[in-house]
Parts: sequence; structure tokens; C-alpha cells
Amino acid sequence: MAARRYEPRGFPRQVLDSGQSLLVVFAGLLVIAAVAQTAVAGVKDVRVAVAFGALIAFGELLRLTMPGDRETAPIAMAGALAYALLLKIGDEPARQSPQQVIAVAALGMVIGALPHLAVGRPARLPAMAARLLAVACVAAIFRPLANASLIGSRWWSELPVMVCLVIVAWLVEAVIAALIRTDVLRARFGVALLDELRVQLPLGAAVGASAILIAFAAEIMGLWAVAVFTAPLLVTQVALRRYAGIRATYLQTVRALARVTEIGGYVEAGHSARVSRLSVAIGRELGMPEPQLLELEYAALMHDIGQLSLRDPIPGGATVLVVREEQRRIAEYGAEVIEQAGVLDTVADIVRRQSDPCRPAGRGQEPPLSSRIIRAANAFDDLVGSSVEPSRAAAAVQRLRLDTASEYDPRVVEALSRLVSRQSVLGL
Amino acid sequence: MGKLSRIAWLYIGAVIAAAALAIARGPFGGINWAQVVVLGLLVVACESVATVLKSRSLAWSANSTASLAAVILVGPVGAAIVGACTLLGVRRGPSVPQRLFNASMFALSAYLAGRTFLLFGGHVGTPGPSAFPGIIGPFVGADAAHVIVNFSLLRGVLWLTREPGAPAGRVGLDFKLLFTDLGYGAFGLLIAALWSVLGPFTPVFVLIPVFIARWAVAQFAAQQRSYEATVSALCQAVETKDFYTRGHSERVSRGSVMIAHEIGMRAERVEAIRYAGMLHDVGKLGVPTSVLQKNGSLTDDEYAAIQLHPMRGLDIVREIGFLDEALAGIMHHHERIDGKGYPMGLAGHEIPEFARVLAVADAFDAMTSNRSYRGARSVPEGVTELRKWAGTQFDPAFVDAFVTAIERDGWKGPESVAGEAAGAVGESAAADALTAGLEDSEPDSSAPAEPLRAIESL
Repeated sequence: MAARRYEPRGFPRQVLDSGQSLLVVFAGLLVIAAVAQTAVAGVKDVRVAVAFGALIAFGELLRLTMPGDRETAPIAMAGALAYALLLKIGDEPARQSPQQVIAVAALGMVIGALPHLAVGRPARLPAMAARLLAVACVAAIFRPLANASLIGSRWWSELPVMVCLVIVAWLVEAVIAALIRTDVLRARFGVALLDELRVQLPLGAAVGASAILIAFAAEIMGLWAVAVFTAPLLVTQVALRRYAGIRATYLQTVRALARVTEIGGYVEAGHSARVSRLSVAIGRELGMPEPQLLELEYAALMHDIGQLSLRDPIPGGATVLVVREEQRRIAEYGAEVIEQAGVLDTVADIVRRQSDPCRPAGRGQEPPLSSRIIRAANAFDDLVGSSVEPSRAAAAVQRLRLDTASEYDPRVVEALSRLVSRQSVLGL
Repeated sequence: MGKLSRIAWLYIGAVIAAAALAIARGPFGGINWAQVVVLGLLVVACESVATVLKSRSLAWSANSTASLAAVILVGPVGAAIVGACTLLGVRRGPSVPQRLFNASMFALSAYLAGRTFLLFGGHVGTPGPSAFPGIIGPFVGADAAHVIVNFSLLRGVLWLTREPGAPAGRVGLDFKLLFTDLGYGAFGLLIAALWSVLGPFTPVFVLIPVFIARWAVAQFAAQQRSYEATVSALCQAVETKDFYTRGHSERVSRGSVMIAHEIGMRAERVEAIRYAGMLHDVGKLGVPTSVLQKNGSLTDDEYAAIQLHPMRGLDIVREIGFLDEALAGIMHHHERIDGKGYPMGLAGHEIPEFARVLAVADAFDAMTSNRSYRGARSVPEGVTELRKWAGTQFDPAFVDAFVTAIERDGWKGPESVAGEAAGAVGESAAADALTAGLEDSEPDSSAPAEPLRAIESL
């Protein structure tokens, strides 16, 4: 059996569509303008600019990918925000213009990204543009105030302004990231924004606090603040990287192990992967937030694990063709297997209820949305298989639609129908 | 704690006495008590949310940050008092002697760090702009001293309270933590430096990044636990297909880890081999059930089907990113030292180390479990068999390591299957046949469920 490679979900790495190009072009123009103006006005405090530029470049070099394919560069971001929020270096007041902040941040980011490009990693320009715009917002608000000495000179007048601006930076980055996800993944903006805010909260808090601390520490320690801060920031980054790493491995492992049913000949090759991709797409279409999507993905990947209890594989693995009792038994066994893990009880429940019709006779409870999605996605894949023919897909949707009275959730089938008409899930 | 040896008690007592002496000797002149109180509260806060590390007998907290800030702000004696505040942490878990030891350990580490700071020419007091960069050198010295004293004292107590006869590998601490702690120490300098700007509110701001890092560490640990549980559950699901091999993956994993510890493998590799052990047979799913459960000898075709399973397994696990070395282990776990194994017929040290380890554990568990074609052998019989084939089928070094580990720790073979099979789906008729003859092979080692060593904290 050939090893099928699953397409990683998430951003298409090299192709930028219109929304993202617009963002990158906008950021690019901003940088050009900022660099030009800084060049004309002359760079203030070259040593400071170089020190922070170096920190930003270093941070960009160490960027990391958080769960959900979110690229972040916490150290670079903390450095850039600190540079924007700088009030004094020792006893000297900091006087860099907002344009200079943008120029230094952009240069640092580009220099830090070069090694990534050199080894053939994608540039991830939209994420860089989002970070840069967040820094630009903070610099544009704070620098004029600071340079005109309007903020006062005690920490209790400076700190609230800084905290507000750090929150602004967090919001800007989250909104841009949510817009990108809405654009690329066709998620709903509101849902995507909430996901983004939630995921970025701990990181944003750490970055913001570090930026403020560096800015204050520079008053006492001068540029040594940059050097001394690098150590704990690095440690935090390592912790985050390990966390992101195990999350990714977890998903990879479940994806890989879900294929045991394929190797054992119980289901067609690629079935679990297709059902999970389709289920996640439907879930996103229906506005499910990310934690639920992750559970849905796990459940969809493992929805057929119960078939391992069968002595002989069902022909073609098509559970849609076997009787309800058998379906229920398979689902129940699959849920038992997943429950063994002790940490995936919601997933187990989703798998357990996948064979229930969406409108149960009598007093039975309606199965959870995720179960209904997997039920429809599974039936669809059993009917269509790996075929990419549009007519066959349309016919399958039509057949599911006939059963919406009792078997399948009409909302789910409609979402599936929209997806099929967009062809976005068939791997085209 | 009653089971601790006399030397361990003496050691703990000595550490506590040394800490008490360091604090009692003073001098207390010139200590800014307000700073001591604030930093002490910081220690209590950090200690109260300490992260329990995977081994369960260790916890990690960010106390060192506060202790090191105290080194600069209030000097060695003040720092020792701040470190001793660990005693007041609100946390379930550590017993009274553990708390006393931890507090004394931190007090002593902080005290010696403070002495190092002075030795390298550092000045005690709230640093101003003129203190930089001169203060950095002494501070790094103090940071290093703190980490080294902390680790040495901890290592000592873990060594003295280890399970009798445990190999050195099991007492070890994760040395990555050493660097982590050094890095966090830098926050101490920041607290001290920011004190003249933000005053006593400094710790509040410094705590935010520290707590985020802690959050990430805790998340990592949680994810790792659920990851392990999930892999193990899925492996058990795979095993239901072949009734005779129930629990096999788990045991091979355990056996491989025993060997790995015995030969002193690094922690990450031990982790990897544990997963490799769990996953080594997933490829069996591609082998027809009739072949796996066949009574009597196999035809050539059937044998060929079985020989394919390591490659099938590789097919499944290939996409799991972290398992580089484990992949090789899974693929080659049926190679033999004399080159007569499959799938590649590698010989001697051509066979990856992981594969050689897995082969020993795999064969041993197969011998000491029931199979469709024969009953289980006892553990001593299994050991004899391993020794017999060492050098031809197995790597003698790993056989030795495994035998040493079994003789010391015992081997937990398959459970009596009747009870276990009750809830499971599938063949239950075969259960009766399997219960016989296992009692003898059960070694009488009481498996150390909850190790008595539970001294804490870094």
C-alpha cells in the first residue's frame, strides 16, 4: 500500500492570494516610506538602533510555529515593541522617530529572515507584515508623545500608556491574522478573531510584558538591558517551542496511527484523512471554534478505529452499507478504544454517537454536531471515495440530501454541498 | 518517609543545619527588610504554583529568580532568608521533611550565591545606572553558583533516597533544566535593576513572562502525558486483532526502557525508544489474522507475509516527525546479529542500536507470554534462552543489561488474562486456555508504584 502523504492543512505556503498580497504590498510601501524619511532625517542614536535591530534579527531567526500553523517571533516582537516604547537610555532621553522604529524593525526582520530563505524555508511574508504593522501602530502613537515629553517621567504615568499600546499591538496582530485565516481557510471572521485572540493571549502577554520591562530596564541598565533580557526570553521561547513541538507530534501521530485501519485492509486507503479533512472543512463552514475543530479532527481521523474489532473487513470499508446495529457496535468499540487514553473523552463521545441518526426516534438525545458532521462526511466519502469527479460528488450530496429527514443533519449537508460546489475540499 | 536510610536522614539534617547556621550567623545589619518581605512573597508565589515535572518526584519553580534578586538587593544572609521562604509555599504534595529540606536547600544555594557575588566584587544594594555593566560579571557568577549548589544538593538527596540498587541513569536530573535555570536567573538581575524605577511593583511585572513560561512548561507536560496515553490506547486497539499479543507492545516498551536505562541512554533517546517499543508491531495489522493466530508451522507464503510487517509498520509511523531513530528501530527489530534476520539481513553493528535493544525485549516478552502454538516460559527460562542466543541473535551487551535489570527490578509479565478479557470485544473463548502457568513466572518484586523518594524542587 502506497504511503499517501497528507496535505498539511493551513496556509498555502508560496501562493499569496489577493488579500495577502495587498497586506504585504501595504507593509512594503510603509517600510519604503519609513526608510526614506529616516534616511532624510538622519538616524538618531545609531548604537541603540543597531542593538535593537540585532535583537529583532535574532528573534526573527528564532521564529517558531505555534499550534494551528501560526508563525510567531516572540523575541523579535518584544524587541521591536521595546524599541517603540523606549523612553530613556540611561540618563539620555530616547528620541527616535516612529519612522525610524519601523525602519529598524523592518530591517531587523529582513536580516533575520534571510537565513531562513537561504535554507529554502518559506518567507512567510504575511505574518511578517502583520508583526510589522502592529509595531508601526504602537510607534506611531507612542513616539510622538514620548519625543514631545508628554507622558511624564514617573512609572505610574508611563506604564498605563505602555500597557494600552501593548494591547493594541496584540489586537492588531490578531485582527490581521484573523483576516488572513478568513481569507485562506474561509473561516468566519468573528470565530477566527476569537480563536486568534485566545491563542495569542499568553504569547501576547509575555511579549508585551517583556517589551515594557526592556523599555524600563534600559533607563537603569542602558543597552545592557537588551543583552540581559535575551537569556530569559530564550528560555521562554524554548518552553514554547517544546510545547508547539509536542502538539504537532501529537496530531501527526494520531494521523499516522489512524491509518492502521487502512493498512489492515478495513478501509480504503486515504479514507480517514479525507473524512477528517472534509469534516474540519464542514465544521469551519459552520463556524466551529478551533478547540472544537481539533477534537473534530481527532474524532474524524479515528472514527473507523472500531472496525479493528471486526474479524473480517467490511468490503471496501464502507460503513454506510452495513446495518445500523453493526455500525453502532463499531462506533461503540471505537469509543472504548479512545476512552482508554483517558484524555480524549469528548472525542470518544463524538465517535460513539457518529452512527446515531440526527433525529433519533423516541426520547433519544440529538448527537453532538461533530458526530453529525462525521456521519455525513463519512457517508459522502464512502459514496465518492478518492474520485474527484464533480458529477459523482454532486450525486452523493443529492443522495445525502434525500436522507436529511432523519439520517443526516440538513445544516451539515448544506454546508457540505456548498463546499463541494466550491471544489475546495476535493484536493483540487 | 520512614523508609529513608540513616545516611539520607543525616544528609537532610546536615543541609538543614547548614542553612540554619548560615542564616543565624548574620550579619543582619544593612538588610532592607521591606525588600526581603516583597521577595519572600515572590518566592511563596512561585513555589505555590511550582510545576511538577514528569518524574513526579521533582518540581520546578521560579524561586531562583527571587533568590538571585535578593543576592543583589539584600546580600547573602537576606537572600538565604528569602530562599527559606520556600517553606511557606501553599502547595499540596511535599511532606514536612521535604519542605524543610527544600527550604534549606534554597537558603543554602542563595547564601552561597550571595557569597560568590561578593567574591567576584559585586556590591550589595539597589543598583543604579552606574552599576552597569560592572555588576553583570559577579551576577553571572552568583547565578552559576546558585544553580550548581541547587543541583548538587538535589542530586545528593536523590542519590541517597534512590530505590535500592537503582542504576545511575535513574537518579539523573535533566541537565537541560540546568540551563533553563541559568536563563531564568537573569530575571533576578532585572528585578534588582528595575527596583529603582518600579519599586516593589517590579516583581509583579517580572512575574508575567515567568508565569507564561511556566504555563508553556505545564502545557508541554500535559500534552506529553495525553500523547503517551493516546499512543498506548491506539496500540492496544491494534493488539486486539491478535489476542495472544495483548499487552505485548506495552511490555516491549517497558523492557526496552529498562535496557536503555541500564546502558545509560540519554533521556530523549529513552523517550524515543519507549515509543518505538509501543509502536514496533503496528505493521502486524497488515498480516492476515489467520496467519497470526495459526497453530503449527507456517508455509513459505505465510512466513513472507509476516516478514513484511516491520516495513508495514514503518509505513505507518514514517510520518511521525520526532521518531527518527525510532523509525530505524521499528524497521529493523527482527534483524539478527549474525545477519540472518529480516527485512534487510543486516549484521552486527550495522543494525541500529534501537533495533538491537527492541529485539531483546521483543523476544523476551514473546518467550514469556503464551502463544497459539505453545505456552509461556518462565522468566528464568526466558533469561537462559536470551543468554543462549546472545551473539547469534541478540547483541550480548544488551542481553546482559536486560538480565541485570530483570534480576534487580523483576519482570512483570502478562496479567492473568481472564479478568482483562471480560470487558473486551472479540475472542473470549480463548481466555481460559491462557490463564494457566503464569503464577510461577510472576517475579515477587513489588513494583515500585510510588517511589518513596519524593524530595522536591529545583
